[in-house]
Amino acid sequence: MLYREVGQYKTNYAADMAVFPILQDRIGIAVILLVAFVVIPLIGHDFLLNTVLIPFLIFSLAAIGLNLLTGYAGLLSLGTGAFMGVGAYACLKLTTIFPHVNIVIWILASGLFSAAVGALFGLPSLRIKGFYLAVATLAAQFFLEWCFIRVPWLFNYSVSGAIEVPLRKLAGVPITGPTATSLTRYLVVLSIVVMMTWFASNLVHGRIGRMWMSVRDMDLAAELVGIRLLRTKLLAFAVSSFYCGVAGAMMVFLWYGGAEADVFAIDQSFLVLFMVIIGGLGTLIGSFFGAALIYILPIALRAIPQAFGLPIRPAAAEQLTFVIVGVLIIVFLILEPNGLARLWQIGKQKLRVWPFPY
Amino acid sequence: MRAPSSRDAALGEVLLAVEDVSLSFGGVRALTGVSFDIRKGEIRAIIGPNGAGKTSMLNVINGFYQPQSGRITFKGEVRTSMRPYAAAHGGIARTFQNLALFRGMTTLDNIMAGRTLKMHRGFFWQLLRYGPALNEEVEHRKRVEEIIDFLEIAAIRKIPVGRLPYGLQKRVELGRALAMEPDLLLLDEPMAGMNLEEKEDMSRFIIDVNQQYGTTIALIEHDIGVVMDLSDRVVVLDYGQKIADATPDEVKSDKNVIRAYLGEPHGTSV
Amino acid sequence: MDLLYKIFIDPFVQMGTAPDLLVQTLWDGLVSGVLYSLIALGFVLIFKASGVFNFAQGIMVVFAALTLVGLHQHGVPAFLALGLTVVVMFLLALGVERLILRPLVNQSDIILFMATFGLTYLLIGLGQLVFGGDPKVMIAEELYLPRGAIEFKGLGGFVSLQKIDIAAAIIASIMVAVLAVFFQRTRIGRALRAVADSHQAALSVGISLEQIWVIVWFTAGVVALTTGIMWGARSEVSFSLQIIALKALPVLILGGFTSIPGAIIGGLIIGIGEKLGEFYWGPLLGGGIESWLAYVIALGFLVVRPQGLFGEKIIERI
Repeated sequence: MLYREVGQYKTNYAADMAVFPILQDRIGIAVILLVAFVVIPLIGHDFLLNTVLIPFLIFSLAAIGLNLLTGYAGLLSLGTGAFMGVGAYACLKLTTIFPHVNIVIWILASGLFSAAVGALFGLPSLRIKGFYLAVATLAAQFFLEWCFIRVPWLFNYSVSGAIEVPLRKLAGVPITGPTATSLTRYLVVLSIVVMMTWFASNLVHGRIGRMWMSVRDMDLAAELVGIRLLRTKLLAFAVSSFYCGVAGAMMVFLWYGGAEADVFAIDQSFLVLFMVIIGGLGTLIGSFFGAALIYILPIALRAIPQAFGLPIRPAAAEQLTFVIVGVLIIVFLILEPNGLARLWQIGKQKLRVWPFPY
Repeated sequence: MRAPSSRDAALGEVLLAVEDVSLSFGGVRALTGVSFDIRKGEIRAIIGPNGAGKTSMLNVINGFYQPQSGRITFKGEVRTSMRPYAAAHGGIARTFQNLALFRGMTTLDNIMAGRTLKMHRGFFWQLLRYGPALNEEVEHRKRVEEIIDFLEIAAIRKIPVGRLPYGLQKRVELGRALAMEPDLLLLDEPMAGMNLEEKEDMSRFIIDVNQQYGTTIALIEHDIGVVMDLSDRVVVLDYGQKIADATPDEVKSDKNVIRAYLGEPHGTSV
Repeated sequence: MDLLYKIFIDPFVQMGTAPDLLVQTLWDGLVSGVLYSLIALGFVLIFKASGVFNFAQGIMVVFAALTLVGLHQHGVPAFLALGLTVVVMFLLALGVERLILRPLVNQSDIILFMATFGLTYLLIGLGQLVFGGDPKVMIAEELYLPRGAIEFKGLGGFVSLQKIDIAAAIIASIMVAVLAVFFQRTRIGRALRAVADSHQAALSVGISLEQIWVIVWFTAGVVALTTGIMWGARSEVSFSLQIIALKALPVLILGGFTSIPGAIIGGLIIGIGEKLGEFYWGPLLGGGIESWLAYVIALGFLVVRPQGLFGEKIIERI
């Protein structure tokens, strides 16, 4: 009833190919943006921003990155953590060498370094596919992890081996470093994520998205239709790593405020992969759903028993999270391999015909 | 759209020629010294018993397999082997015996994928979408819609191809090949698994493609009736070798062809 | 010039001048190679018979070892604990078959692979919840596994071979031999090979896929248990083993995903290559290259010979 498209005729192809052809969707997006940019800053408090929203946005961006590579282009990657790390360290070096350039520019530029590294490690994709390619990305992951620890230049020779985030300002307001408020950081992260999501959406709805999906579905046929495989795959690696790199830079500079190399270890790669699987491979909205579920789950597991007055050891909560995540993955793959995004689609479909069953 | 080619002025110059092509996989010889040509504007059928090497021949023309010896001349250019990108770029498109559609995408997207070679708006315009990239999408969408109308698949354009029945999937695949605006269209058993009505539809499409768009067609087909009705000339392969190369009527009565299909009659020597 | 010398000449000079160290390094490499091979063996078994790439093999090793030690800690005598652990691995195989493999029977490879990811995390969490996350000591003595080392002087120096490592190599060889015979000679082995080739064809001749899968996962579980005992005996039982198990992937790439001899030889190559690389070339790069060397070696192989040393050449038809 609520979701009917009755009366929404499309009179030209451009309208038919719009990203949100249905008016209700457009209204929905507008509302979400309004809440995100206006309502939350007004009512949000530090815990909500720092522990929930900022990491959710950052992980969503990383999940979008991995989704572009694994979901749209069909290239399994286990190197997400390392590519995020490249972005973080690149950002640190850039802002150390050029401290007067705006940090936001450096956060975005650090993605370019990740993109280059990603494309480099994606070169084997010409010859190898599937699980084998995953091993190539593992090589990237472990090699880069090693670099993060063993190349002291990367972390500015700091004694602890960790990244220390310097104070940086935007228009006079501190946005990184200990004095930056969570609200400013939230708004910067939000703006970057919204903009980059928009770019990703444009890409996947156009020629490049089609090329990626063709390569994913049947690369031999894609080649015979005239798609250049190596260029398409390398582009997927580059764009995906760009997104992961920016996410990594934001993670260190706009959330943690500092980091050790093990933040970008292989566990991070798995975490983002789970977000993408559960959220829905090959969808952008799935990246957000997956990030929300996987990231918030442990927090909820700790908070809910406390709310009921049952104490639960933090270690046990974490272990329980592992169990639940594991079970969730299996259950999802059995019930709905296409993840939460598909469930969302089914939900909208039901809304379309409600109150009728079909 | 190209000017319609008249059957009478028909057989134009040679568009594609294969000379002495041999192909083997490990110990299996798929093709041995096969030579024939395809003239511009004609419908050339390639027939033969199962395992004769017909699909391998198309794969060689397409660039999917590289032959061990022989030459391929396409549009005047001589090569020892084709590469898939060169073939596509040069104007060769094809459909497949076992369907090679992009199953995760809709009919529309599959056919739009065939337009990839003709879409040039670069990465940065794609990031923005609104503006030149969208204009290009719309322009190519118009062409694709013409093909969708031609093939009468407008009703299924937004359905993911994995859900379509076999006959319609074959039509979508034809649409994707047509979207490439090829000079040479290779069809690998386009009528396989179809009933009489579907075959008539597909035959009509093939003739229309040849006459309206002027596309040269090379066609592998088992249904001899279709071959007789549609094709201008026929190549017959058996065990990887060419055993006949003539008009349909001549091939129909060729002794070697009959022997290849039906075997030796008992007790008589031919 | 100096750099070229350091890379191409010096390590070999070092190898020549201190042969005892070379032998020691080779032996250490062999030992870790044996353990990689065992993990890879588990992968190959499951992949051959069900086409599933069992990412959880590594955690199965840890889980098996934990169960054994945990039972013993609760007072169960050593060999009874061993028997019970075998039963637990059987139950695990049953559970995996019924709850994961059967519902996902027609899904694509990548879905099954991701399901084993889920299984991994499930077992990690479960193992930690039930047995605790701190490292444990393997009950090597109770199982009559040898302790101590054989040392001999010679080759200009001094080489030390841990007896437990020798035992591990012997036990691994016996297990591989038994499995090879099992696959080639017995009826069930033949059925396993049939299932590995084609599920539908196997079904059509009356082979029960479900039974085969339980058998295969159980066998992989027993292999995992043996690996866990050996590995635990020489160091300790901890969850860090899980990540080391990822090294089985380069082993599989070298040896091919479906070849048992490939898994063995691949494991030995990777093990020895790693140790040699770390010992002789590692210092040039600051050390610690063991963490990625195996993957880079595998990557090199992949680019040159995608099907590995023993795998079947992949011919794609369209």
